[in-house]
Amino acid sequence: MLDRADVTESPAGDATEVARPVRFRGAGFTPATSRHAGWLALAAALAVWQAAGSLAPVNPLFLPTPVAIARALYQLAISGVLWQHVSVSLLRISAGWALGTASGIVVGFAIGLSRIARSIGISFVSALFPIPKIAVLPLLILWLGIGEAPKVATIALGVFFSTTISVYSGVDAVPRNLIRMAQSFDVPFATIVRRVIWPGALPSILAGFRITASVALMLVVSAEMIGAETGIGTFVLQAGNLMQTDQLMAGIVILSAFGLAVGKLISLLEARLLHWR
Amino acid sequence: MDLIADHISHRFGTLDVLDDVSFTVAAGEVVAIVGPSGCGKSTLLSILGGLLQPCAGQASLRGAPPSESLNPLTFVFQDFALLPWSTVAENVEFPLLHSRLSAQERRAAVDDALRRTHLSDFRAAYPKQLSGGMRQRAGIARALAVRPALLLMDEPLSALDSQTRELLLEDFVRLLAEGSMGAIYVTHNLEEAVRLADRIVVLSRRPGRVRDVVSVPVPRGERGALAAREHLLPLQNELWHLIRAEAIDAEREVQHA
Repeated sequence: MLDRADVTESPAGDATEVARPVRFRGAGFTPATSRHAGWLALAAALAVWQAAGSLAPVNPLFLPTPVAIARALYQLAISGVLWQHVSVSLLRISAGWALGTASGIVVGFAIGLSRIARSIGISFVSALFPIPKIAVLPLLILWLGIGEAPKVATIALGVFFSTTISVYSGVDAVPRNLIRMAQSFDVPFATIVRRVIWPGALPSILAGFRITASVALMLVVSAEMIGAETGIGTFVLQAGNLMQTDQLMAGIVILSAFGLAVGKLISLLEARLLHWR
Repeated sequence: MDLIADHISHRFGTLDVLDDVSFTVAAGEVVAIVGPSGCGKSTLLSILGGLLQPCAGQASLRGAPPSESLNPLTFVFQDFALLPWSTVAENVEFPLLHSRLSAQERRAAVDDALRRTHLSDFRAAYPKQLSGGMRQRAGIARALAVRPALLLMDEPLSALDSQTRELLLEDFVRLLAEGSMGAIYVTHNLEEAVRLADRIVVLSRRPGRVRDVVSVPVPRGERGALAAREHLLPLQNELWHLIRAEAIDAEREVQHA
């Protein structure tokens, strides 16, 4: 039989002094996000902006109101001009991003898995990664002509280096114990790559996608500003030259919407592929 | 199939870890390896299981493994080494994917391993959803699925709390009694060594040398009985006396490192 202590002891005990609660000291450092606060703040900022444009003497040339921008967007949409520019830019981004990502994944895996590729690859990537890729565009035009190829190649280059780095960092970060476990069961190399290293590196690869999507967007706008007749970058530059600031802002809104959409898409992809985290 | 540690020595850089370690584990035998921290127990197990090449000596096998064994030397890892993106059943099936088994046979092997480790109800769970004890059960189920001749267990309970450890220890006793499977059980816990092993190899502090090989006088199946404690406790104390002084030195060495 166990000797049990009295569990009905009064919390105050026999002390004569009055008990006081222990002061709570654990508050703060856990910021919580409210679901609607961000959108409300954005709506408030737009309202202030609209009010400043409508009520105060702010020159609409310097700061068109949100309503004016929305009107410009609507007109661009129904005239078909918007789609023409957006579709060309999207095509360039898609082609450049796909090329850069595919080659970046191959080279990143090679660097992550092979000693020779690592010894050679890391020096090349370290030397070439910091170069602003837009600076290479004139050279690419010289090599590839003035068509779509140099613009797509510029985007592909920018995407390639970031992807390569995120892929080999991801491969490096795969826990070694998982690889040893697979080796201890004599799992073949290709299966280890497919079933252990690829899923293990995926979080880093998807995080890289976020960066390369914005790199691609930045480069497409820059490339189109330098040498193109259509595209969202060209559109924004022309609107600026013609002092059509409402159209210029409409172009910026489209770029922002594109960035948000890609971010959302990658979040969905992460939720689907990385649900195990 | 016997496993032989044949004059194994190893060093990492300038650090001597193992020095001329030799012993034999007979088929079906359970051998515990104990010793102070940093004496090279886990390194020795990696060498014996073919995951690390020794600087001198070798690990060798004598006799053919059982024909049904898909992976005669099978590890159970301290940190479980479960694929976090795979369910329990997928983790158990993972080492079978490249085997000669058909999909139906694989499924049967997985079901059997999950049943033996009481995990049948958790087959669809992901590792992050499981407690430490259940994760290690999944690691053991994965090892059992390949029908090993010899389990190489690297401190399999040291990441678990004491209650879970006790429960899993009972499972190990049961599983090792079920078949003809042997085991090398690396631990720093002498109670575990005495409960599970037929023989205990005591290593010295770094560089690890075989200081003693002690046989446990009570048959494995009878160690749960109260009467067996009379024999096991003195043995446990004897082992502690063997390594205590070196454990103190090893601890100081680690702190100064």
